[in-house]
Amino acid sequence: MTDVPVGERKQLAPPVDDSGPLGWIRRNLFSSWGNGITTVVLIAALAWILSWFLDWAVFTANFTASTGAECRGQGACWALIREKLRLIFFGTFPYEQQWRPLLAIIAMLAMLITTSDRRMWRPWRLLAIWSVGSFVTFLLMFGQIHIPLSLFLAVALVVGGVGLAFRQGIGTPLEMNAYRALAAVGAVGLVLRFAGILPAWKLPITPFSYVETGLWGGLPVTMILATYGLLFAFPYGILLALGRRSNLPLIKGLCVGFIELIRGVPLISLLIMASVMLPLFLPTGVTFDKFLRAQVAVILFAGAYIAETVRGGLQSLPKGQFEAADAMGLNYAQKTALIILPQALRVVIPPLINTFIGFFKDTSLVLIIGIFDFLNTANQALVDPAWAGYPGEVYLFAAFVYFIFCYSMSRYSKYLEVELNKGTRR
Amino acid sequence: MHKTLGVSLGLAVLLASGGAMAGKDLDAIKAKGHVVCGVPTGTAGFALADSQGKWVGLDVDVCRAVSAAIFGDSEKVKYVPLTAQQRFTALQSGEVDMLSNNTTWTLTRDTALGFDFGAVTYYDGQAFMVSKKLGVKSAKELNGATICVQPGTTTELNLADYFRANKMTFKPVVIEKVEEVRAAFFSGRCDVYTNDSSALYSTRVANVPAGQSPDDYIVLPEIISKEPLAPVMRHGDNQFVDIVRWTQYAMIEAEEYGITSKNVDEMLKSENPAIKRMLGVTPGMGKALGVDEKWAYNIVKLVGNYGESFDRHVGKDSILKIDRGLNRLWSQGGLQYAPPIR
Repeated sequence: MTDVPVGERKQLAPPVDDSGPLGWIRRNLFSSWGNGITTVVLIAALAWILSWFLDWAVFTANFTASTGAECRGQGACWALIREKLRLIFFGTFPYEQQWRPLLAIIAMLAMLITTSDRRMWRPWRLLAIWSVGSFVTFLLMFGQIHIPLSLFLAVALVVGGVGLAFRQGIGTPLEMNAYRALAAVGAVGLVLRFAGILPAWKLPITPFSYVETGLWGGLPVTMILATYGLLFAFPYGILLALGRRSNLPLIKGLCVGFIELIRGVPLISLLIMASVMLPLFLPTGVTFDKFLRAQVAVILFAGAYIAETVRGGLQSLPKGQFEAADAMGLNYAQKTALIILPQALRVVIPPLINTFIGFFKDTSLVLIIGIFDFLNTANQALVDPAWAGYPGEVYLFAAFVYFIFCYSMSRYSKYLEVELNKGTRR
Repeated sequence: MHKTLGVSLGLAVLLASGGAMAGKDLDAIKAKGHVVCGVPTGTAGFALADSQGKWVGLDVDVCRAVSAAIFGDSEKVKYVPLTAQQRFTALQSGEVDMLSNNTTWTLTRDTALGFDFGAVTYYDGQAFMVSKKLGVKSAKELNGATICVQPGTTTELNLADYFRANKMTFKPVVIEKVEEVRAAFFSGRCDVYTNDSSALYSTRVANVPAGQSPDDYIVLPEIISKEPLAPVMRHGDNQFVDIVRWTQYAMIEAEEYGITSKNVDEMLKSENPAIKRMLGVTPGMGKALGVDEKWAYNIVKLVGNYGESFDRHVGKDSILKIDRGLNRLWSQGGLQYAPPIR
């Protein structure tokens, strides 16, 4: 056999049945007799199911009936969804005002989508997005907002306090004095306010008619419960996680006790406590808003779970990071906020989003305390005797909406995982 | 009193609406400007949010009528949907002013729980549903039947009592979940399905499988247990309890005198002294109740008489088509009887 010089070797194309779509099919679907039979059987089964489903959901479906009775004996009764669409999405919100919850949903989505962009992950940008987004959302939902003076004072106190803790040894004397002044104004003002010396002044913003939480329903309720439940649970979960790793036995004990207590009971029992037991402990006539009670229960519950997730991130950090931060002369707040948490949170972002997805779905449990979240308004659509008898359509539709939300979140989590690990991949 | 909710820039802070439901008496309700009414979270015919998110139903009409009596406007009601577990706590804690929540009037609820009941708005009771094909006309003919029933409820005990009392036998098919009991009945696993009659009527319409018609099934006339449903109020608010009670009586009385939402204006000219007293042409009744003299006029004008309300939501004009049965007027052989308004 003579060697052919490299340049003159004839380059043959791969065999036709080994490349292109045919080749792919051969390699992946019919690589052996067993695989071939499995493929054929599965395709047949899929085709059968799909044809049945399409027949039911599209070809024989009724999109235009005006009562449930007209749908009888046909395929899916999508006319029911058409009729009840606004009830399912907005619940008992005043009918002619339902553009408000619609815009609120859009505002919340815009807020969440901009937040998911990594370029927005700067404290001031996030603060701006969430301040504006939340303000718009709640203004649309309530219609009227009265901001009490004490809230402005509390914000001043918090900003001053946070500034003092984080800018210690970094900020100019002028900046530090500004923080001191803010904190002092906030603290003194709050004391005076509660002593009754400052008046109960409120900043009224009243562009629309007032709609109380009892009338809220549908998707905005689910989104508010999940988004704000997790928004508030997040910092509080981080504090719990830090507290659990504290060297002070009292703080550690309290945090461990709290986390284990909350994790040890189902969310339903917390909701029932909040809605049935809590009112019994309050004097007659004093009641908390039912929606607020559910929201607090969700926050407490989510906080305990987030704390455990964050603790995992904290434990994954090598001890050297803590020691290096100490060696640089950072105080506890600076060390935690600048060195520890950024690294710990990066590790736990995917499991955190997992928690978020779980809670988005768990909020549907509020239906047992009579709050009309998305799933419960879907249930309402079923009760109407004029349209009774089509639970499949309604639940399929509800599942579809939930799926859109949860699937987007899970794709986002996947993208983040890749994005955040760029530095550690070779 | 914080009636409004404060929301901050950025951090949404929902403050307690403390004291919004303060006060046990009528003055507090009048000061608020609305009645807070606890309704079921969704029961066909009795209370449900319709396609426009508006509450409708027989229970809802009770709340609307009370609002019409107090405010002259049937829409001054705030509805709070409450589950069976929540409803009594919500009433005790003052979260709602009254329940119109398909609540059965019993001695312990009236006494030990510290409640007062209004007039009965619907006489419910356990009944039997059968397929028309069986040709059965009365529950007395059910000897030896196979009966679908849910366990652990008074339904099961009532059933056993009824058959023992009538010296009949039956074969129970005991199934825990309500959907499965219905499926078992409609698939023919048992001859009879027993439950509260209002539930049977709505099952007949709502859950009949494709290919069958609600008309293939009938609910037998016998009612074997007592479930009088009435609005509930807290103790210590007698004037309000009176108003709720007499609101229902006014609706019954209006039906008895043939006063409907359509002819109520003509009835103002009636010479019948009872009608004149009731509609406030002859004053006195409103003052005695502590409401406007036009109270009964407003109820009938804005909500309708009892028969209208019944027909609209559960009776012949509705899809449920529940037979008036025990809820006929006393003069037509039913139990709905109002003491004289004088």
